[in-house]
Amino acid sequence: MDLSQVLQIVSRSDAGMVRSHNEDAVFANAACGLAILADGMGGYNAGEVASGMATTLLGSEIEKAFAKTEPHQLDAAGKLHAHSVLEAEIARANTAIYQAAQSQPQYAGMGTTLVVALFYDNMMTVAHIGDSRLYRLRGGEFQAITRDHSLLQEQIDSGMITPEEARHSQNKNLVTRALGVDPTVEPEIRDYDTMPGDLYLLCSDGLNDMVEDEEIALTLQALSANLELAATQLIQTANDSGGRDNVSVVLVRIVREYPAARGWWARLLQWFK
Amino acid sequence: MAAKLILSMDGLVLKEIPLTKERTTIGRKPHNDIQIDNLAISGEHSVIVTILNDSFLEDLNSTNGTYVNGQPIKKHFLQNNDVVELGKYKLKYINETPTQTTAADFEKTMVLRPDLMKKTAEQTAAKSSSMSDTQVGMKAIDTHAGMAPPAQATPPATAPAPQAMPTGAIQILTGANAGKELELTKNLTTLGKPGVQVAVITRRPHGYFITHVEGANFPVVNGTALDAHPRELKDHDVIELAGIKMEFFLKS
Repeated sequence: MDLSQVLQIVSRSDAGMVRSHNEDAVFANAACGLAILADGMGGYNAGEVASGMATTLLGSEIEKAFAKTEPHQLDAAGKLHAHSVLEAEIARANTAIYQAAQSQPQYAGMGTTLVVALFYDNMMTVAHIGDSRLYRLRGGEFQAITRDHSLLQEQIDSGMITPEEARHSQNKNLVTRALGVDPTVEPEIRDYDTMPGDLYLLCSDGLNDMVEDEEIALTLQALSANLELAATQLIQTANDSGGRDNVSVVLVRIVREYPAARGWWARLLQWFK
Repeated sequence: MAAKLILSMDGLVLKEIPLTKERTTIGRKPHNDIQIDNLAISGEHSVIVTILNDSFLEDLNSTNGTYVNGQPIKKHFLQNNDVVELGKYKLKYINETPTQTTAADFEKTMVLRPDLMKKTAEQTAAKSSSMSDTQVGMKAIDTHAGMAPPAQATPPATAPAPQAMPTGAIQILTGANAGKELELTKNLTTLGKPGVQVAVITRRPHGYFITHVEGANFPVVNGTALDAHPRELKDHDVIELAGIKMEFFLKS
């Protein structure tokens, strides 16, 4: 199903004010309902290689996988095809990055965070690893959908520190999961319903470390009529606040409903469109 | 550099204790890491849990309590220069890593795995930065001259100017609301009618900028229509938007 009329997607990535390299990578394909963001890590240019591999591999492979079977269909085990594909492709990308890191000394230790949003059948499946985030603006409510796989989030969850204290912590940027650093990785995969008018934001920590959530929400609300400008503005705000890290955003707006075509008649209709 | 505690009584420094262990116990009994042999101190009085650069102090239901900066606490996230009081004894918490060294390096994301934990701890200790930088974010006092649109490159950073930029405001000149004034205290202020014509004024460290958001017509500043790019607003610029004229000015 072609979602290019249903989803409005804008992506931006910027090196920031301090770094010379941009180790973030973004990928978006409105037609197949896919948005990907990765924040690479590792010396020299290894971070760029890891995040670039992740977005490129996942982008092309996921698109291919859904050319044959639609994401909402169930496989033999009763599992959503979307989940099977995400799991399999993330595992493959992990192996590819891990092997590159093992075989080439200049890439040793490289890895990347990952957040993937896949839209189909009036819903969204989100897979994430590490501290890149997905937020949702629905009506006036702005909230984080993903929870970081980071030391800080674990400390907050265990009640050791409050979110307020976390803002002052020096243990930022320590992720507990990453793609490509171990032979296997466990992505967190969850499903959410979407509604027309929803605005989704995928971002690297260069945004949410530099800009408070309220400020991000205000920007999205004020500029929701112009996603290009909203994305530019978010990056500019992060840079105006110091821009100490690479900053990337992908904005996805749901324009209208997009139920999957189910019966034969629906497929016929689809065919005539 | 690891965080440390300076133990003192009546202003006399008794001891300096580096926080190198994950758990540092404080109490009267000899098995404690920091033994304070005084009857006002409970056998097991309190404990400090240190994880990389962060230390947490917890009172272990002591008889006389644990105080930080004069307030009784049960659990406390220690900040540089906090003074912990147990009876007559004072423990000053010193963690100087934040303010120094390169901020940028610390921002790098790292993976945390048990086998790397030690190494990571050393690295972060060497390269940490004060996150309070982030807090001031929105009031940013920086002077990134390079960030200005090329057309109006700001003059070379006039030294790190700590004073805030004057607040901008808009006064409506025509229409039903003529005479009304709107202070631009937020980083983003939208003007106009949604669905018809909207523009946004952004407040940035080096000035105010107006950008077109939506609508077929673009805002007009001093008689010239904007293009898709932001335009810096100067004192007393006249803006026309959705048929309304308004003046931008800087408050002194």
